[in-house]
Amino acid sequence: MNIWILIVYLFGAPIVGGLLAGLDRKVTARMQSRMGPPILQPFYDVLKLLKKETLVVRPSQTLYMEFFFILTIFTGALFFSGGDLLLIIFALTLACVFFVLGGFKASSPYSFIGAHREALQMMAYEPALLMVAVGMYMVTKSFQVIDIIKYPTPLIVVLPGIFFAFFFILPIKFRKSPFDLSTSHHAHQELVKGILTEFSGKTLALIEVAHWYENVFVLGLVYLFFASNVWLGLSMALVVFLAQMLIDNASARVRWQAMLGSAWLVALVIGGINIIYLMARG
Amino acid sequence: MQNHVPFLLYSLMLFPLAIAVLSLINRWPGLFKKFIYPAVIVLIAGSLALLAIPLKGTPIFVAADFSWVEQAMLVIEVLLAVYLLWLALKRKDLIVTALLVVQTSILLFFHFGAGHHAHAEANLFLDLFSVIMALIIGVIGSLIAMYAVGYMEDFHEHHAEVKDRRPLFLGLIFIFLSAMFGVCFSNNLMWLLFFWEITTVCSFLLIGYKGDEQSITNSFLALRWNLLGGLAFLLGIVILFKNCHTIELNQMMTLSKSLVMLPVALLCFAGITKSAQLPCSSWLVGAMVAPTPVSALLHSSTMVKAGVYLVLRFAGQLGGTTLGLFVAMIGLATFLIGSFICISQNDGKKILAYSTIANLGLIILCAGVGTYEAVWAGILLIIFHAIAKGLLFLCVGAIEHQTGSRQVEDMTGLIVRLPKIAVMLQIGIAGMFLAPFGMLISKWAVLRAIVDFSPFMAVFLIFGSAATLFFWVKWIGKILIVDRVYEKIETRLPSGQMIAMGTLSVLTVLICGCFAVVAHYMIDPYVAAIYGNVTVLSQGNVVVMGIMLLMVCLFPVTFLDYGSGVKMADPYLGGANVGTGNQYRGALAVKDMEMKNYYLDDYFNEGRLMTLGVMLGVIFSLGLIVWGGM
Repeated sequence: MNIWILIVYLFGAPIVGGLLAGLDRKVTARMQSRMGPPILQPFYDVLKLLKKETLVVRPSQTLYMEFFFILTIFTGALFFSGGDLLLIIFALTLACVFFVLGGFKASSPYSFIGAHREALQMMAYEPALLMVAVGMYMVTKSFQVIDIIKYPTPLIVVLPGIFFAFFFILPIKFRKSPFDLSTSHHAHQELVKGILTEFSGKTLALIEVAHWYENVFVLGLVYLFFASNVWLGLSMALVVFLAQMLIDNASARVRWQAMLGSAWLVALVIGGINIIYLMARG
Repeated sequence: MQNHVPFLLYSLMLFPLAIAVLSLINRWPGLFKKFIYPAVIVLIAGSLALLAIPLKGTPIFVAADFSWVEQAMLVIEVLLAVYLLWLALKRKDLIVTALLVVQTSILLFFHFGAGHHAHAEANLFLDLFSVIMALIIGVIGSLIAMYAVGYMEDFHEHHAEVKDRRPLFLGLIFIFLSAMFGVCFSNNLMWLLFFWEITTVCSFLLIGYKGDEQSITNSFLALRWNLLGGLAFLLGIVILFKNCHTIELNQMMTLSKSLVMLPVALLCFAGITKSAQLPCSSWLVGAMVAPTPVSALLHSSTMVKAGVYLVLRFAGQLGGTTLGLFVAMIGLATFLIGSFICISQNDGKKILAYSTIANLGLIILCAGVGTYEAVWAGILLIIFHAIAKGLLFLCVGAIEHQTGSRQVEDMTGLIVRLPKIAVMLQIGIAGMFLAPFGMLISKWAVLRAIVDFSPFMAVFLIFGSAATLFFWVKWIGKILIVDRVYEKIETRLPSGQMIAMGTLSVLTVLICGCFAVVAHYMIDPYVAAIYGNVTVLSQGNVVVMGIMLLMVCLFPVTFLDYGSGVKMADPYLGGANVGTGNQYRGALAVKDMEMKNYYLDDYFNEGRLMTLGVMLGVIFSLGLIVWGGM
């Protein structure tokens, strides 16, 4: 059964991720009173990128991104086959480290600052992410995703603080305002395209698809909080995704100080209180 | 094989001593290679021979009942005290003077007074934890000694102002190794204390090797803290003997927790000073003024490892007690503060120093928690940290000699300038923070252990872990950047240096590939013997880690594909590029492009964090001692 889930994930995730990206562009356009592109536009973009020439500053920069692609898929595969949540988070970190190193390797000032900011973003979201694993372990007594989804009641009921801390850092993972510091979906920012400045052609296409895989994985984490009921879980994942768009369009990009400070504070205080509650609950 | 145990233990302790004597009397610098390289091989083989001893959970005791040994130890201790006293008086260091006078008088009073009847049935012992420590000392310590031979030759070429005292330097390194073997084989606490003090003196002399004002100041700082630890150690023994009439480690473990509270607290404090935990961390940071092999030795296989070894030994006595909680708090605070400070550091050696302090904090945390999972994770941390940190120091030392700087900011383009060293440095750094390498596996185990013990502590652990990620990744990033045309400046390193670094690089990857085997044969039986149960590594997770390791190891292979299907272009600089792509025509003139790392000094300032850390450290240490006395 696991094998089937894996196969569905491998082929389904980029489709779902791409469609979600299309939905994102459509909804965002409507919020800005525009028509927006067709829902399949992200696929057209990727197909076109694949045909383009790959320009690089340093030849090896693409190799790091290829590994980012492979490891991101691996992270999702671990998750959807029901693996150990801590290991999954570490695998995600490994993937993202390759992404950051690719940005450094590009040896251009814009991608350099983007890479630094990406590393900062990782530092900002990691506590909340690990707290999700810790909180779920405290409730279900297992780090295995396969055991966590079997928990009879929705975990959100006992993990509201941790869910809030996790929700707070989600814009980082979806590359949305207010935390789209390292690179952004929006056409232009002060860092040109941040960490992706020097990436083009096939490599950029790979990064885009990896991002789709990543989004599906992150929504999978959201699903875990509501996993006791499949439909509740799926609809809440969609609601959270749409909420990101609203936040994206309603907020401005903040400075890294504000991002790091607020993300850590929310995780420490609100996540921490939730953990104390769980300890008291026994 | 059992019959050979005494012989093996004696020779591991005495052989380095013989080499030390040879080094001390050798007057021809060219000759060092000739006898130190073979000696290193013998020492490695000797420590590997320990693996042939069939040890399950039960230790093997060796009586080693020689009455003259104790007399000799006393004489040496007094002579050393007199020598140090002379140095301290010359420098007018009142603290050191006072500590020496107090400690030596207590020692003499104890020896000729109450402790006259103190007798240990077994002076030495060997169990799996000792074997692990001996392997770390024997393999990593010896490799560092090998590296030191070539390094010091270079060092004296670069630093004409430093007096060439290589016989002393290399001699001290081998005395150090000998004493470290003593520390982890001793069952008689008086013996343990003797070896403990020898490491203090060795580190003091090695830190002050350069002889300039700063080195001497820092060596006295190290001496002060370690003598304070030594005093606590001695008081612990005296009180233990007074209350329980024993001076044996194994007996101490079996006594009820309430009886040995104060001795355990004092001995743990000694371990905390030696492993540079808060509030005593400053001495290890200061110790980096010494030549790099000394730092490598202090940080990876000796000195600080003696401290965590001792505290981890007492994990069984600490588990579930308030005492243990204080120890755990010291470890946790040190881990957090150390990791945060690393972010704002630019000096390569300083980053390594603070990261050592932080990682030792994790081990101390494990000891304080004292559950079987925590002890398991703690031992794993000792192994992985020793290998990766040893490698990192050796790399930074080599980089400093080849480029003249050890600042991270000066490491731009290192991958082109010093390709071999840069690759090894990257392996070392990856070993410290990246899945699936050793330190991350251990951190994973620590996190699991702490969550079961106190999820609240785990919350803080998580923040420290996030910080480590940031400072390591920006270091690797700096090495990878090639922002202009660089020339390869790497010259051939002396063979000893290359072998040491190469072996440690291979070990970093290899041990991580077979850590499940190491855990199964070495750590599991030790933990099982104390606690009755063992951490079960789920097979699925081991397989997943194996796959991850395989993938990461495949990464270098992709470089075969280097440059295919891509077209090179200059980077975007926000203006018209000029020349080779590192200059651009801005609004006013042609400008150079420069990239500097983030240090976030406003948030992770060393001075402020250290003040906070020392305050926390003092509070928790006082808590430890006071609670132990109640």
